Amino acid sequence: MQGCCDSQLINRMPGQAAISRKLSATPLPTARYLSWGRYPKTIHRLVHKPAWNDQIPAILETASFASLLPYGLGRSYGDSCLNAHRELIDCRRLNRILGFDESTGVLRSETGVSLADIVAVFLPKGWFLPVTPGTQFVTVGGAIANDVHGKNHHCAGTFGAHVRQFGLHRSSDGLVVCSPDENPRIFRATIGGLGLTGVIAWADIQLRRVTGPWIDAELVPFHSLSSFLDLSRESDGRFEYTVAWLDCFAGKNPRGIFLRGNHSAETEKKLVPKRGPMIPFALPSWVLNRYAVKAFNTTYYRAHARQRGTSLVGYDSFFYPLDSIRQWNLLYGKQGFLQYQCVIPAENIAAIEELLDRIARSGMGSFLGVLKQFGSALPAGILSFPRPGLTLALDFAMRGEETLKLMRSLDEIVHQSGGALYPAKDARMSAVMFEASFPRWRSFVPYIDPKFSSSFWRRVTGAQ
Amino acid sequence: MHSGASQPKPMRKVVILGATSGIAREVERQLARQGCELLLVARSPRRLAALQADLIVRGAGQVLTCVADLASIQQHVAIFDFVRRSFPDFDTILLAYGAMHDQKQSETSVDILLDELHTNYVSAAALLTLFATDLERRRTGCIAAITSVAGDRGRRSNYVYGSAKGALSLFLQGLRSRLHPAGVKVITVKPGPVETPMTDHLPNAARFADPALVARDIVRALERRSPHVVYTPKVWRYVMAAVEHIPEALFKRLAF
Repeated sequence: MQGCCDSQLINRMPGQAAISRKLSATPLPTARYLSWGRYPKTIHRLVHKPAWNDQIPAILETASFASLLPYGLGRSYGDSCLNAHRELIDCRRLNRILGFDESTGVLRSETGVSLADIVAVFLPKGWFLPVTPGTQFVTVGGAIANDVHGKNHHCAGTFGAHVRQFGLHRSSDGLVVCSPDENPRIFRATIGGLGLTGVIAWADIQLRRVTGPWIDAELVPFHSLSSFLDLSRESDGRFEYTVAWLDCFAGKNPRGIFLRGNHSAETEKKLVPKRGPMIPFALPSWVLNRYAVKAFNTTYYRAHARQRGTSLVGYDSFFYPLDSIRQWNLLYGKQGFLQYQCVIPAENIAAIEELLDRIARSGMGSFLGVLKQFGSALPAGILSFPRPGLTLALDFAMRGEETLKLMRSLDEIVHQSGGALYPAKDARMSAVMFEASFPRWRSFVPYIDPKFSSSFWRRVTGAQ
Repeated sequence: MHSGASQPKPMRKVVILGATSGIAREVERQLARQGCELLLVARSPRRLAALQADLIVRGAGQVLTCVADLASIQQHVAIFDFVRRSFPDFDTILLAYGAMHDQKQSETSVDILLDELHTNYVSAAALLTLFATDLERRRTGCIAAITSVAGDRGRRSNYVYGSAKGALSLFLQGLRSRLHPAGVKVITVKPGPVETPMTDHLPNAARFADPALVARDIVRALERRSPHVVYTPKVWRYVMAAVEHIPEALFKRLAF
């Protein structure tokens, strides 16, 4: 509510006050706006922070060509949520729930409401997200813009499939209401549209009924890709949620833990939310060396293989295991990290083995290999990533050219197999790779708001 | 399931003056979660409607709204009458509005200077006087108002805003003593810099306190039996104690 640097002053001798003033006179107001991978490091010219929807038209009106991008909780890994040297609209203050229909379970929310907030408000009332990614710290706007998927993709499709309609601020035509019936093309462009079609004012999301916060979960260890496929095939009909964790140091015959679960009928038992540790600052980059990660993977595998079988698990540790470690991205040190998420068509499964083999040989494997079989749901948006096949996601600490080179070699395998890369996780794919992943991207271009752009979009399409 | 697990004892009925301000929004949310009833006063009907919908979904027992310009003293009687009529047994008032102009402008324009003093102090004192008399008569309730650590000592960079908030703090101090015999609590809330729309233009705004934490301190203060002056985040109590003890001969040379 007031000035700035009293606290600095107290810690300094009077003569240093002038210095502290100089420091505060050269603020870096936008330095905090990074993506989750903390790579690339980006500076923005300006960040708008609207607190109300009625402030957005003025922001759009005064903006220049290709200058704006909405920003939510910054959980995209690469540069799809960044707009280097241009402007961001920080949507986090637009976080009101505008209504809820108890009879249908349709929620109307502003764009900056987080999924965590929705769960906190609606789970006690017996409703849950129709689709949730591996973190609840994303906004509704971000979930739509990246058409996120979750462990139930094989039966529920993507988040976008549960969006009934939304209002979209556009610089050209004001507030546009979009649904499968009204402005259906803008509707399909905005779902998975990477925030480029405008700022979502409100969105109607169909929640789903659940009996309680518990999941009947089962862990099954596996020792090869084919046994993973068998497990997946066998589980998809019986389990709403399936995913596998993978030890990517094991090479062609990866060992891993298959996790599957259904909402439990348990209603009596109380769930006490756990609050885990926080990573307070970026660790030195040598901490996560290959031996440490290898040891972690082995320990993780053994610990979970021992727990094989069924148990009752809270929704938080089932869906969001990493959320309990706040700022876990700082584990990777100052240089940040890259995530590599691809999808490989079901008929080219050998490509997954090839990828794993190449990663194992590089010695740069990560401690979070995730494998999941996508279902055959039709894509909800023009640029939706999920498609039938196997998706593999891995983290790599950023070690400069060495890391980028490995990823380029993975690209070759993905390209040859007819696979695709996920924009929300990407900070470096080439224009060729983007074209291969989204051959229909040009049909998306007419729906881009002319005043919007992003670092990612300029990188992969050469747009201005 | 775990709904309604933390039912508070009596449901509070809270009037929020300046309901759309950055800090007020967070306070309302936390009160809604406890099931409180709220009456929100602010200028924009649209923003009030959005807040109302949000707070009802989040558990507020009842949410009433009143569209008014709190800085306009002519409207005060109407506001007060509306509150008494539609929210007769309210027990808590939170005054949460304020304005911060550019200090440099208020040094050169008397109009801007007066406007800042008027909004932050004169209108606030006028409005609280109406409510104070009512609570004093009913011998119950609580008045809380958000001032600022900026009011604890005049500084070169924002003494106009600071003097208005400082005056409001003094006003509340006196009011607290006046209402003490009637058993009405008066709470002075002095936040340090908070990350809200009001402070976005200041340097270092990214390092300011999270409004949700400030709101938590305010809500806790409302629950305490005899809170007087609340610094939030807490560290500001000690910071300001130190700042107040810097000798004037030195302090006047500091360019902050």
